[in-house]
Amino acid sequence: MMEVVTVPPFERTYEQHRDEIYGYLRRLAGADRADDAFQETFLRALRGYPALRSGRHLRAWLFTIATRVVIDERRRARPEGPLPELGADDELPPYAALDHLTGELPPTERAAVVLRYGYDLPYAELAAALGSSEVAARQAVSSGVRRLRRKGISP
Amino acid sequence: MTVSSDLDRRFRDRAAAEGLLDVAYDLTDSPVGTLLVAATEAGLCRVSFDPEPDRAVETLARDFGARVLRASRPLDVVRRRLAEYFDGERQEFGLDVDLRPLPAFQRDVLTELARVRYGTTDTYGGLAARLGRPRAARAVGGALNRNPVPIVLPCHRILGSDGRLVGYGGGLERKRALLALEGVTL
Repeated sequence: MMEVVTVPPFERTYEQHRDEIYGYLRRLAGADRADDAFQETFLRALRGYPALRSGRHLRAWLFTIATRVVIDERRRARPEGPLPELGADDELPPYAALDHLTGELPPTERAAVVLRYGYDLPYAELAAALGSSEVAARQAVSSGVRRLRRKGISP
Repeated sequence: MTVSSDLDRRFRDRAAAEGLLDVAYDLTDSPVGTLLVAATEAGLCRVSFDPEPDRAVETLARDFGARVLRASRPLDVVRRRLAEYFDGERQEFGLDVDLRPLPAFQRDVLTELARVRYGTTDTYGGLAARLGRPRAARAVGGALNRNPVPIVLPCHRILGSDGRLVGYGGGLERKRALLALEGVTL
């Protein structure tokens, strides 16, 4: 029988994941847009929270929302343009090396590569984050990686 | 990457301002120790002498919904009125309370309790009699012991039938301190 994981109080979810989600948003959206994206991500999470049936995949669920927030915001702002430049950070975790590598990728591929190699998200959760099938998520990762290789780098 | 305290506070205030919380809570200092105070849209739903938020957050989520978040602004009025009370400048809180999760009997007891005025005392038996349940003094005591909003709903003003200081969820020291503040000598 599946173990039922009840949805924890929002305070706990927020405290546990806020720093990681914020770091992801800085990577994906750039330092000057990260604050707005952060608020929007957790406001959306609050709106969706009552509908959650399980506390099992909260981390992936939050990555999903954060990814959608950045992609939505970007579509509104500049339908075809590249993602904004990343800001400089003082305390970079190891996976931050992906920042300058993925900077020129299209947004979906960039999110795919960062979530896969930077945050170790399994493909099923990555698919949820990108709002696509698992096959499409794998394609986004490999197409992102191919594009990086053509530039002479690999994640 | 750490979220700055400024961004953290802005998010919490905005979540509350947009009406997205089932419960907002905060901690506040008082002469009887740090208090945890919590409110829903309907009113004050918790005053706790246990300043360990983890436990309170769990029970608040169970009682009112999972969207429990620490947020200071929704509790500004509560904090201010408590401070005025402890400064001896306020005798009535004038706050709505949210007692929805409680059984009907306990709500009745607490509603009757709210009529016991500042600086006066009553007894468990007296309260039971006023509820039309003169033999229910013990049940009244149980209901008061689980009062979710002590101080504001003044269970500290209820004494044993012989006028002794008995049973208080927050400990007898606090009960004595609150009565002393209100000028009641035992």
